[in-house]
Amino acid sequence: MTINLTMLGQMISFVLFVLFCMKYVWPPLTAVMRERQKALADGLDKAAQAEKQLEAANDSAAQELEAAKRQSADLIAQAHQRATQIVEDAKALAVDEVSRIKQGAQAEIDHEVNRAREGLRARVGELAVEGAQRILESEVSPAAHQEMLNKLAAQL
Amino acid sequence: MAGEIQTSGDYIKHHLTNLTYGQLPDGTWGFAHTVEEVSAMGFMAIHVDTMFWSISLGMLFLLIFITASRSATAGVPGGLQNFCEMVVEFVEENIRQVFGTRPNAIIGPLSLTVLVWVFLMSMMDLVPVDLIPFFAHMAGVEYFKVVATTDPNATLGMSIGVFFLVLYYNVKIKGPIKFGAGLFTHPIPHWSLYWFNFILEVVDLIAKPLSHGLRLFGNMYAGEMIFILIALLPFYAQWALSLPWAIFHILIISLQAFVFMILTIVYLTQAHGSEDH
Repeated sequence: MTINLTMLGQMISFVLFVLFCMKYVWPPLTAVMRERQKALADGLDKAAQAEKQLEAANDSAAQELEAAKRQSADLIAQAHQRATQIVEDAKALAVDEVSRIKQGAQAEIDHEVNRAREGLRARVGELAVEGAQRILESEVSPAAHQEMLNKLAAQL
Repeated sequence: MAGEIQTSGDYIKHHLTNLTYGQLPDGTWGFAHTVEEVSAMGFMAIHVDTMFWSISLGMLFLLIFITASRSATAGVPGGLQNFCEMVVEFVEENIRQVFGTRPNAIIGPLSLTVLVWVFLMSMMDLVPVDLIPFFAHMAGVEYFKVVATTDPNATLGMSIGVFFLVLYYNVKIKGPIKFGAGLFTHPIPHWSLYWFNFILEVVDLIAKPLSHGLRLFGNMYAGEMIFILIALLPFYAQWALSLPWAIFHILIISLQAFVFMILTIVYLTQAHGSEDH
């Protein structure tokens, strides 16, 4: 338990060890640790940013989807409208056609009726004369009664 | 253990004597062969075993940490680098809490060296007390103390080294005039009590390195002493005491290394702060 030169020797070796540690141990190790810390912090920052971007992307995707849905709904509504329109147009066209055909038919019927009437009219004198002959049992000259017959036919 | 040692008192004394190189009574230089010769050598002698173990273990510390820092990478660290970074981080954390974040190039490496070196030197306590002295005896070396921190020369050498650094920073940060004036004006700022302040401050200043070094020495010396006392028991009974004591001692050496480092940081912090004491 004596104090002697050992103390001095210990002091010198202590100083030397600290100097070596200062030069070769502490700076590289702490530098590497700082670097890793920085890399980790950067990585975490980037992850947070990516998360934010993902969120934004999700939001915009949802918006796009919503817009697309709305657009498709519009399109369907438009298509419905158009289909109804087409049906309506077709109906109107058909009604037109029908009335046109009906008019044609009517005209034809009228025409036929007129013709029959004309035929009848042409033959009414003859029939009347024949009827009268049967009634009178005598010859009636169509020429003699032409005027009366024409009057009769005009009444038809 | 050795043949010429008979009584347990001799055994203990033998184990607590350093391998000392100095001037022998006949005027020649050489190793002391008896305890009397050691004390006769006085100041101009050196404990070769203390120096051997402290320098070897200091080299071991540098070897481990320089190996780790040579191949240090900021990527995924290997086992050794991981371990060294863990120690460095522990030291840095303590410095940050006590010393703050003031830029200082020396406090980090100083604290790291103190922590690991003191731990390694104290750890030699866990080697069975007779093992290395037994081989040393076979090699012809009479005295061989293994635990450098049980030598007050080693612990005081370190604490006085820290003390010089404390003085340096006191002068550097506060300036020689303010530091000198602080010795007179400190606890009681009244001119009539300046002489009293000076005595108090000088005692305070000198007590720091003394208590710093002797605290570590006292703890390690007591632990070593108990190992030696346990070694006096019959060989079949030793394990019952030496094992629990060794396990407990693992805690003590870690704690003492930590305390030595923390006190180093605290003293340097005090040297930096101008007001707080």
